[in-house]
Amino acid sequence: MWDYSETVKDHFYNPRNAGSVDAANATGDVGSISCGDALRLQLKVNPETEVIEDAGFQTFGCGSAIASSSALTEIIKGMTLDQALKVTNQDIADYLDGLPPEKMHCSVMGREALQAAVADYRGETWKDDHEEGQLICKCFAIDAVMIEDTIRANNLRTVEDVTNYTKAGGGCSSCHEGIEEILAKVLAEQGMEFDPEANSWPTPIPTETIPAPTAGKLTNLQRIKKIEDVIDQVRPALQADRGDIELIDVQGNQVLVHLVGACSGCQMAGMTLGGVQQQLMEALGEFIHVVPVQRKAVGG
Amino acid sequence: MTGIYLDNNATTQVASEVLNAMLPYFTEQFGNPSSLHQFGNKVGFAIKTAREQVQSLLGAELDSEIIFTSCGTESDSTAILSALKAYPKRKEIITTTVEHPAILELCKSLEKDDYTVHYLKVDGKGRLNLDDYRKVLSPQVAIVSVMWANNETGTLFPVERMAEMAHEAGVLFHTDAVQAVGKVPIDLKASKIDMLSLSGHKLHAPKGIGVLYLKRGTRFRPLLRGGHQERGRRAGTENAAAIVGLGVACELAGRHLGYENSTVMRLRDRLQDGILAAVPNAFVTGDVLNRLPNTLNIAFEYIEGEAILMLLNKEGIAASSGSACTSGSLEPSHVMRAMNIPFTAAHGTVRFSLSRYNTPEEIERVIAAVPGIVAKLRKLSPYWGDNGPLENPEAMFAPAYA
Ligand SMILES: Cc1ncc(COP(=O)(O)O)c(C=O)c1O
Repeated sequence: MWDYSETVKDHFYNPRNAGSVDAANATGDVGSISCGDALRLQLKVNPETEVIEDAGFQTFGCGSAIASSSALTEIIKGMTLDQALKVTNQDIADYLDGLPPEKMHCSVMGREALQAAVADYRGETWKDDHEEGQLICKCFAIDAVMIEDTIRANNLRTVEDVTNYTKAGGGCSSCHEGIEEILAKVLAEQGMEFDPEANSWPTPIPTETIPAPTAGKLTNLQRIKKIEDVIDQVRPALQADRGDIELIDVQGNQVLVHLVGACSGCQMAGMTLGGVQQQLMEALGEFIHVVPVQRKAVGG
Repeated sequence: MTGIYLDNNATTQVASEVLNAMLPYFTEQFGNPSSLHQFGNKVGFAIKTAREQVQSLLGAELDSEIIFTSCGTESDSTAILSALKAYPKRKEIITTTVEHPAILELCKSLEKDDYTVHYLKVDGKGRLNLDDYRKVLSPQVAIVSVMWANNETGTLFPVERMAEMAHEAGVLFHTDAVQAVGKVPIDLKASKIDMLSLSGHKLHAPKGIGVLYLKRGTRFRPLLRGGHQERGRRAGTENAAAIVGLGVACELAGRHLGYENSTVMRLRDRLQDGILAAVPNAFVTGDVLNRLPNTLNIAFEYIEGEAILMLLNKEGIAASSGSACTSGSLEPSHVMRAMNIPFTAAHGTVRFSLSRYNTPEEIERVIAAVPGIVAKLRKLSPYWGDNGPLENPEAMFAPAYA
């Protein structure tokens, strides 16, 4: 059984606003029967104020789909349409005190039903741009379609790249076989072969795809100090292997380092960088990409 | 309120006789059966007895045909990988679309290693077509692996006949009988089945013990090499307590075979009739006239299985579902899809699987609980109106990106 929160169970056992709404003037039907989750959301919107006066749902789906639908209707009742459109799937999940990663798509479906209903009210056509694949990384709830798209868009080559760009595989690492299979498939489409021993970092991350730093609490100085601390902690181990690592620069989320001696160029380099990157992410609480550089290339 | 356990195809409770037989092997009888001294010696004899008890339930000719493993999955993997290794020139495998993942996932991975796998299809009732089977049997095939009974629907496959056909074509035959052992009569010495897998925890023995039956003379390559245990065919110090438990469980299963096929079957049939009489738009999946005596798989149309299970659980009733949501995958059960059950029903399948420990009172309580649960969920369903399913439900509710 799933590890559902008490709130999820409550909304499932005692759903709020179940059924269709009298005098509804907006309907959103979304979901996928093949996937076993589908939802009809009905709203009664005050035409003068655009306030949602009533909301109701009918859901074909599992416990968390029903609970998400129930939560959604509770959240949006009394909101204006514009306010309601700002509700995110995370808001729905938070309202329910969280959902298991495999079930986050239920909250996504709730948000989409809302968008579809508002579009219906406004006489627009709503088009779903959300495609969902099989859940690959259970730690961070990343699905196959997301991984495939990211590989294509960024010409990724290695599992480590995929982790850097999507977070998939950055947790327990049990899904690395699945990620390798997706890499092999996408690379084969491009006439290439997946090489499990390839070095990652083929291309530095284009800056526009880097999520904005979320660590608002740290000043720049504190942040760099922390990065230095982490690097200093790993140096003794590397030096013991006749190598070294040197911090060159910090540019946004990219931490540029120089690998020295026995560490550079060998297979271990990728592992070293991955480990450093993981430690940096943990220390800073934000997404970090460690990029190896030649010392002379920087500053020019 | 005590719970009602109707999920015996998932796993079973350990019989008290089994537990009692096992306990000494955790304490005073802790020795290694390979040791010569008094601590190990008795354990060796106990394992011998257990092997004979398994032999007897399976109707095997010799006790040396019984190899203890760690689970049904290990037995399945050992059987298939052994055949591929023993016949390296043969690059094809025959199996079915409705096998347990213990077979299907292995086959999928072998396909990546350039083996060709023929997946036999089933019809709407989950039955195989033996002409299709005959067509793919050839000297290129290293092994046929076909389950004796399906874990979701209970549907039985004609494995004895299929083993003969394999034999005539000179091909090895393995059956995953994890669900069948203890529920249907088995007489391996009279059959052409070369290998058979069973798993202890489906017949009131503990989890983590299994058997691979290997007919004498069948070419074999071990999966685990090491010590001389199991005559070198499965190395690793024996799980003595579990083996002893499995032996007792097999003896009990043999004694209750008649009970399974009379009393348990009647309870199952009563459950089926009671639910179908009270719930509209529900149907039994699988081959109703040819299935395990303990298994009932019902599709409740227009509602979803996990939601049904949660409400059943709230009433203390344990069952399972082929819905996508219970597994965390996005697809409903591969068995339902193979039978072409529509999505609106496949997601709403619930499997009730009984054991000899269930009582008529329990069955009546389930019959009383199910209609209300189904009605409650249908009231929430966009496919359901005030008086039943919407007319032309798929057209009345056609969500975006279906
Ligand atoms: C048909 C079938 N085969 C194999 C298995 C796997 O057995 P085990 O859990 O002992 O590995 C099961 C158990 O679910 C099963 O039902």
